[in-house]
Amino acid sequence: MNETSEIVRDMSARLFADLATPARLYEAEAGVWDQPAWDRVQMMGLPLALVPEEAGGVGLEAADAAGLVASAATTALPVPLAETMLANRLLADAGLPLAEGPATLAPARPGDRFTLERRGAGWHLHGGAERVPWASIAGDIVIVAEAEGQVLAARVARSDVTPLPGRNLALEPRDRLEVDLELPGDAVAPLPAGITICHPLALGAAFRTAALAGAAARVLDMTVAYANERSQFGRPIGKFQAVQQSLALMAGQVAATKGAADLAAGYLDAYSQPGGADPLPVAIGKARAGEAAGMIAAIAHQVHGAIGFTHEHALHFLTKRLWSWRDEFGNDAHWQRLIGRRMAAAGPEGLWPLLTTL
Amino acid sequence: MSHFAFPPPIHPPGADDLRAEVRQFLAEELASRPASQRIKSWSGYDADFSRKLGQRGWIGMTWPKEYGGRERSALERYIVLEELLAAGAPVAAHWIADRQSGPLLLKEGTEEQKRHLLPRIAAGECFFCIGMSEPDSGSDLAAVRTRAVRTQDGWRVNGTKLWTTYAHKSHYMILYCRTGGVDDRHGGTSQFLVDLTLPGITIRPIADLSGERHFNEVVFEDAPLPASALLGTEGNGWNQVMGELAYERSGPERFLSTFVLLVELIRALGTDPSDQALAVLGRLGSHLAVLRRLSRSVAGLLQEGANPALQAALVKDLGAIVEQEIPELARQLVATEPMLGSDDIFQAVQGYAILNAPAFSLRGGTREILRGIIARGLGLR
Repeated sequence: MNETSEIVRDMSARLFADLATPARLYEAEAGVWDQPAWDRVQMMGLPLALVPEEAGGVGLEAADAAGLVASAATTALPVPLAETMLANRLLADAGLPLAEGPATLAPARPGDRFTLERRGAGWHLHGGAERVPWASIAGDIVIVAEAEGQVLAARVARSDVTPLPGRNLALEPRDRLEVDLELPGDAVAPLPAGITICHPLALGAAFRTAALAGAAARVLDMTVAYANERSQFGRPIGKFQAVQQSLALMAGQVAATKGAADLAAGYLDAYSQPGGADPLPVAIGKARAGEAAGMIAAIAHQVHGAIGFTHEHALHFLTKRLWSWRDEFGNDAHWQRLIGRRMAAAGPEGLWPLLTTL
Repeated sequence: MSHFAFPPPIHPPGADDLRAEVRQFLAEELASRPASQRIKSWSGYDADFSRKLGQRGWIGMTWPKEYGGRERSALERYIVLEELLAAGAPVAAHWIADRQSGPLLLKEGTEEQKRHLLPRIAAGECFFCIGMSEPDSGSDLAAVRTRAVRTQDGWRVNGTKLWTTYAHKSHYMILYCRTGGVDDRHGGTSQFLVDLTLPGITIRPIADLSGERHFNEVVFEDAPLPASALLGTEGNGWNQVMGELAYERSGPERFLSTFVLLVELIRALGTDPSDQALAVLGRLGSHLAVLRRLSRSVAGLLQEGANPALQAALVKDLGAIVEQEIPELARQLVATEPMLGSDDIFQAVQGYAILNAPAFSLRGGTREILRGIIARGLGLR
């Protein structure tokens, strides 16, 4: 991390903390889009973090950009920062104009597919996707599809499609897209060679892993602080060995999410290199962090007791995100099967060499 | 986020060449070693193999050349260790000396002790055991009762050490015992370099639940130690022992103990496992890959001279969970009745793993002790 990225990191952390007040988080849960918060995030240039400088972006390294996603996640800030960073990166990779406001990417689930076919000078885009994050808020939606042996990015204005609103457990928008659209020729362009159709899923999973790690670390901090301040039987509950053992177990899972997020972020640096679009590090990271998320949320609630189960206490803003994000952009089982297939294909003699490539 | 950092591991220059060299060596040396032996992991003892490793410069490889070392980085050493463990190489003979006795001697030993012992350790010809646990002092290490008393020309030791792995095949023990008053739990202890051929020392093997004899009871009855046997500073034993533990707790041996079983599981499942089996394999793969990353990160911290005791405890606690899960998950996927020594390799490997798994969360600090250390690191104690 260089000096610029350290400044960006520290300023962003302060901004996220300022913006994500409980009052605004409750409003977001009620369905209010926090445009002022987005404007501040955009003013700092954060949605362009992953776009190379020569393409008009900030050009942060993947690990630093993932750090921003984790940092925003510690506050549960209800804006599509990760999605817009990724959408802009896809647009830059394809040489298409960057998004001017919040943006997102699709598909966001393993089974969903779009088809692109040439129609005269333009393209016909057809298909559907479930649970597309923030689609109803985004100004632009970057849809990735295969055509003519290539993987292409299509830049679609939200006003041309009508997302069907949905929500996740944390009440963030997760919307359904049905697309049957004629696009001009200059709205579609190929992504770099080597990229596969599972690319948007891998990108999203890499950043969800970072977000899980951020939220997990914050939940641990909150839970340790609560254990030190809440007294029962005449002493802080954190002095009881049973509680200490639970918190230690939780800390191990939080450490695992950190390792997982670092591994997954490697994909963002590597995919534009020859042979670098291997989703294995993302699969490992997302599966491991997803598994940890449930244990972390469970222990946090156990230690917080009844107060942590209320809507008034802030813990649920983070635990509901842990429970949501772990199943987004491919759940644990999806990524585990991918890893398992690679392990089985490597075979008994190839297993260790496979693990040491990471 | 404030509690513990795991900086990205460094890829040392020449790492790929070193890894290839070690793999080549192991492929030749271990060609005839069956999986039923490889599963013994770092409990497998073979003095000849240790000597060959010493000849290759892969023991004490980070130590100064003047003491027989190779002045390689901790991260290069890590590559050698993980390759040895993944291959199921029999490394027990030299493991303790390479991992902690040697580094302790380097840090605390006199010039004479270092010159006398380190080159022999690095050559794979001098093996060590750890004299910490006692009958009434397991997790509560500060409760040791073995005592060294000053004599005219040295020390006289009385007491009993227990669970001393490979004491019967080691040349030296690093003895942790009391030299001061019993009131001073931590301050009144010291460490000694004990030549196990001295009179007054009786080593009795203890069979573990599988019938194997690798650990021992070591009884000291008026055992005379020369004055030169004191290691480090009298009364500083507790601090010296604590310093050893970060080396002991974060290495790849803390998550690879049953790796050979995972290899055999993949062999048994073949090239087209069920979706359920794929998910189980993938889950284990995700755990091992993340643990390896965290463990390499700790190796980097150790190289920088940091004291990552908390991170090391986290890695060991997570690692033991996975090592113990592998045999439990394997039995869900492959219908076999485990049996030690069976001609059926999977049966034999699974049998060994099940019988040894309880030790993974006991040795080197129990799960409960580690979680206590983590709780302290979190600011709960």
